[in-house]
Amino acid sequence: MPSVLISDPTLRDGNHAVSHKLNADQIAAYAMAADAAGVPVVEIGHGNGLGASSLQVGLAAISDAEMLRTAKEHLLHSKLAVHVIPGFATVKRDVMQAIDLGVDVLRIASHCTEADTTQQHISYVRNTGKEVYGVLMMSHMATKEVLRDEALKMESYGAEGIIIMDSAGAYLPTDVTERISELVSRLSVPVGFHAHNNLGMAIANSVAALQAGATILDGTARGFGAGAGNAQLEVLVSVLEKLGYETGIDLYKMLDAAELAERELMPSVPSITSVGIVSGLAGVFAGFAKPVERISQEYGVDPRDVFFELGRRGVVAGQEDMIIEVAIQLSQASGLASRRKSEDIHAK
Amino acid sequence: MTQKLQKLKVAILGSGNIGTDLLIKIQRSPHLEAALFIGRNLASPGMVKAHSLGVPISDRSIDALIDDPDCCELVFDATSASDAKRHWAILEKLGKVVIDMTPAKVGEMCVPAVNLSAALRHPNLNMITCGGQAAIPLAYLIGQTQTDVEYIETVSSIASRSAGPATRINIDEYIETTENALLAFSGAKSAKAILILNPAQPCIDMQTTVFAKVALPDMSRLRAAAGEMVRNIQKYVPGYQVLVEPTLENGRIIVTVKVQGLGDYLPKYAGNLDIINCAAIAAAEEYAKERAASASCARELVH
Repeated sequence: MPSVLISDPTLRDGNHAVSHKLNADQIAAYAMAADAAGVPVVEIGHGNGLGASSLQVGLAAISDAEMLRTAKEHLLHSKLAVHVIPGFATVKRDVMQAIDLGVDVLRIASHCTEADTTQQHISYVRNTGKEVYGVLMMSHMATKEVLRDEALKMESYGAEGIIIMDSAGAYLPTDVTERISELVSRLSVPVGFHAHNNLGMAIANSVAALQAGATILDGTARGFGAGAGNAQLEVLVSVLEKLGYETGIDLYKMLDAAELAERELMPSVPSITSVGIVSGLAGVFAGFAKPVERISQEYGVDPRDVFFELGRRGVVAGQEDMIIEVAIQLSQASGLASRRKSEDIHAK
Repeated sequence: MTQKLQKLKVAILGSGNIGTDLLIKIQRSPHLEAALFIGRNLASPGMVKAHSLGVPISDRSIDALIDDPDCCELVFDATSASDAKRHWAILEKLGKVVIDMTPAKVGEMCVPAVNLSAALRHPNLNMITCGGQAAIPLAYLIGQTQTDVEYIETVSSIASRSAGPATRINIDEYIETTENALLAFSGAKSAKAILILNPAQPCIDMQTTVFAKVALPDMSRLRAAAGEMVRNIQKYVPGYQVLVEPTLENGRIIVTVKVQGLGDYLPKYAGNLDIINCAAIAAAEEYAKERAASASCARELVH
């Protein structure tokens, strides 16, 4: 039976869905449930990873250290993982502390074309002997050739596996097949895939990745994650069982963990909202969903227009300040437009 | 008495993009004269450019200044942090004023719109970081106009193509240096700096946002002060403009600016590289003016 390594960022990506407000009790409760279900890797943290609690992206309810201590205490078998984006997190301030607190797996991420910003971080972690992966975010914005070259850089820095993220939920299965096949044929380390569900493709895309040779998949309980959510983990585990893959996860206990997650973590289960569909079509980072919703309301603009404009500008993860600028511009433009209309009426 | 204005002789150490762009700005300056352009390879694009402009060049690195210390009074060090530290040990003994473009952090932090004359009392000026030059004037204003600044943060987005290999490998140093400067200039209790590289084509202009959390925001005071500060910055960075006026949103103060470069040696989108160079030139020109003023005082005393 072929096996798949499941990595579960419910307590990290899910933080996007609650504006980074997961508290210690919630982390403890889900960490215990995931551990009991035999989830191999449990990822914790602010939605944008270590050191990302900020006014730009959102302040976390509790510190990175508190999140990690809590999770570590409740993970007896599962490995504890973190997401690290250079530009937010530094080795000295964030990575060293995380390792001191007992993190087992560090996933060092960059925008899909900027792998060389991860060199310092990947090499540092590799030298400590901890497990280190390279992550290419917003991977739909690069061709398979660019992704391959960027992944090769991360491999050369010491990454023990490369995960590409569909951070905007923009892929269709053929896009995934094409990119994963290229990576699998050119890299000597394992390849993974992280889905979002804006176009309803998260599970289908995960299966496509697997069939193209990926051996690491990310999924979250009830799909708890940015925007329309991630690949729903309990569904993914079931589908993998049906396809004959070994995950090491106990299905019943995973189903229990998902119920606990729904009850304890989320005000509402992620769904593909109308704005979420537009976000996926526009290819904008799914983590923008909450701030776009809030700011669009404040400035009286249509969040769909905001998403399409952000997509047109090619914004990347971490550029949340662009939302306000776009909203102000759209509201001024619509003010002008309505004035113009009334002038037209006068002229008639 | 209509004596011809005596220009200050300066040398540029480092013939990369920053050094070469500085050279072009110096060529335009009424106060500065490029006495020597120094690198390690006569065939590098910067050296070729300097030669074509008729500027004396040397490929002997710091030795060029050791051998001819009188060629200049002020040195722009546009090499690397580790080299700049080594150079300062030598240049200090030679009595040179140094404007340090690297994150070596040996000198006094200088942001011309905020602390130019105070910084000029020190012989080594550290130009912090590109994001620092864009954000600190605003962070300083927040510190001046608000009581109890709990937290300050800045995010800069820059075009991928404007971030060379040194910036990429030293991204942690960028963050650390910018955060230290934010704390020092704003008086905030804590600070964070974030850097985002964006590969969009055509290349994006540098964009910097400053956020703050303060006890009781006084937005009218901040807005009133911001206009003058921005005009001061525009005197030496013409491409600096406000995109989002100081705004209170969701309990946070937000100001966003965009920085377009002058397009001298570097493309216009590289406002991040331009702003730190413009700041360095502003500092050198001010030093030149002070020198000229004290020299003419001395002449008048003699007469």
